[in-house]
Amino acid sequence: MDRNPKISIRDFNFFFDKKQVIFDLNLDISKNEIFAVFGPAGSGITTLLRALNRLVEMTSDAKAQGEILLDGKSIYSENMNVTDLRRKVGMVFDVPTPLPISIFENIVYGPRLSGIRNKSELNDIAEKALREAALWDDVKDRLNIAAMSLSGGQQQRLCIARVLALKPEVVLLDRPCSGLDPISTAKIEESLIQLKKQFTIIIAPHNIQQAARISDRAAFMLLGHLIEEGTNEDIFVKANKDSRTNDYITGRFG
Amino acid sequence: MALALSSISALALITIFIIIQGAPIITEVGMFNFIFGMTWAPSQGEFGIFPMIVGSAAVTVGAVLVGVPIGICCAIFLSEFAPVSVRNFFRPAIQLLAGIPSVVYGFWGLLFIVPFIREHLGGPGLSILAASIILGIMILPTIISISEVSLLSLPRQYKEGALALGMTQWQAIRYVQLPAAKSGIVAAIVLGLGRAMGETMAVIMIVGNSVALPQSILDPVRTLTTNIGIEMGYAAGEHRQALFATGIVLFIVIMILNATAQYITRRK
Ligand SMILES: Nc1ncnc2c1ncn2[C@@H]1O[C@H](COP(=O)(O)OP(=O)(O)OP(=O)(O)O)[C@@H](O)[C@H]1O
Ligand SMILES: [Mg+2]
Repeated sequence: MDRNPKISIRDFNFFFDKKQVIFDLNLDISKNEIFAVFGPAGSGITTLLRALNRLVEMTSDAKAQGEILLDGKSIYSENMNVTDLRRKVGMVFDVPTPLPISIFENIVYGPRLSGIRNKSELNDIAEKALREAALWDDVKDRLNIAAMSLSGGQQQRLCIARVLALKPEVVLLDRPCSGLDPISTAKIEESLIQLKKQFTIIIAPHNIQQAARISDRAAFMLLGHLIEEGTNEDIFVKANKDSRTNDYITGRFG
Repeated sequence: MALALSSISALALITIFIIIQGAPIITEVGMFNFIFGMTWAPSQGEFGIFPMIVGSAAVTVGAVLVGVPIGICCAIFLSEFAPVSVRNFFRPAIQLLAGIPSVVYGFWGLLFIVPFIREHLGGPGLSILAASIILGIMILPTIISISEVSLLSLPRQYKEGALALGMTQWQAIRYVQLPAAKSGIVAAIVLGLGRAMGETMAVIMIVGNSVALPQSILDPVRTLTTNIGIEMGYAAGEHRQALFATGIVLFIVIMILNATAQYITRRK
């Protein structure tokens, strides 16, 4: 049991209007681990990830109950600045979402908005982020071409680089590899494993194999309930305690 | 199909008619003298429309300066901030604004805007400024509805991606959504330009109609459209031809504007 979890979710319930989509969730996520949350469609995983950076507030009738603590501080408390929170807790979506500007601009506009103007400093930030996202070698000669002209896999790595450029503490990835080819997927997985030295990573994997390959710990969710959590070995190697987890992992269900 | 053909041929006929009527006078006085001539004195055979070109340009630019910022703000409000109920109320209301006859706008301008300018800013009140304000309001429906649609049709991911990077909602609009919707918004502006330039009735009532180069926005001017509108009733001979020639100039400018708008929206 980690006594200083990076993120700590306490008695968390979530509603869209009257419909409850997350039930009494309790979960701790440690620093520098890759934590995978998986489950069948509609389990509330996207909602959970979006609750962690409060992006879910964009939906007008969304309501959160309970507590989510980042380094012991409640992210839903009134003196939490949402903008700061989102810089600390970066997010990558299932569809690559580069903006219709150049590769370089995609990466540096976040840092620039936070006040960094120095050109060489921005160049360094861009190079570092692109290297960390394993994209540097693909694009180093053409940083000024339109981001939209990259392949899907490259666009997704660009989105990861863009988040890393903000020096977040936690990175949320919602099925970052859906729709990508195996080579791009492998590249992204490799860089995630490198990145956990610096960040805490929470991922909704795009399949069970991916969760098993890269996660340190994992949680299985079903219809908004946390069924089981544990180390990679507990969940994917040992025979599981809960039959529902077992059925899902062995493909008998979902 | 038949309808489409007949409307195209009607348009072609009108174009040909205007050209046949107007071209001779242009060849007679010379293209350069016609467009850059400073004197419009039909009774003395002087046909220079430059002051009116300046007048049209001034009034149109003024309309854009008034209408575009307001229109884009409305579009942002409707697409980003307004609750559905407010949006559902405003959409038809804005369409209604487009349906008001232009003479009503002109009358309203004459009753309120013109006296206001005369009393508080000076000059005769009938002025570029008055026409800019009224035209700015008249182009609002075009600007608002096209900009709103182009903002709403952006992929949701642009906004979410920006917010997830820690942008405020305003920064997301300013740095991400507006630039991404740029082509639609530019098309809206160009269409608004065309509409402002082509408007006649409302402008006749409030722009003062004097043929002279304006010194300030409080001066009256005459535009290409109002020139035709005012004088066509009694013009004959060369005078009449010169009005048609004014029409040709207007026609070409508006065609260029519309083609630009189409090009911008297609390009994406
Ligand atoms: N904006 C919304 N309004 C109402 N209900 C929603 C909204 N977004 C999600 N839901 C519902 O919440 C539940 C959980 O959705 P969520 O997207 O979090 O699941 P998920 O586990 O990510 O599923 P998937 O595997 O399909 O990505 C679903 O039943 C969904 O229909
Ligand atoms: Mg999901």
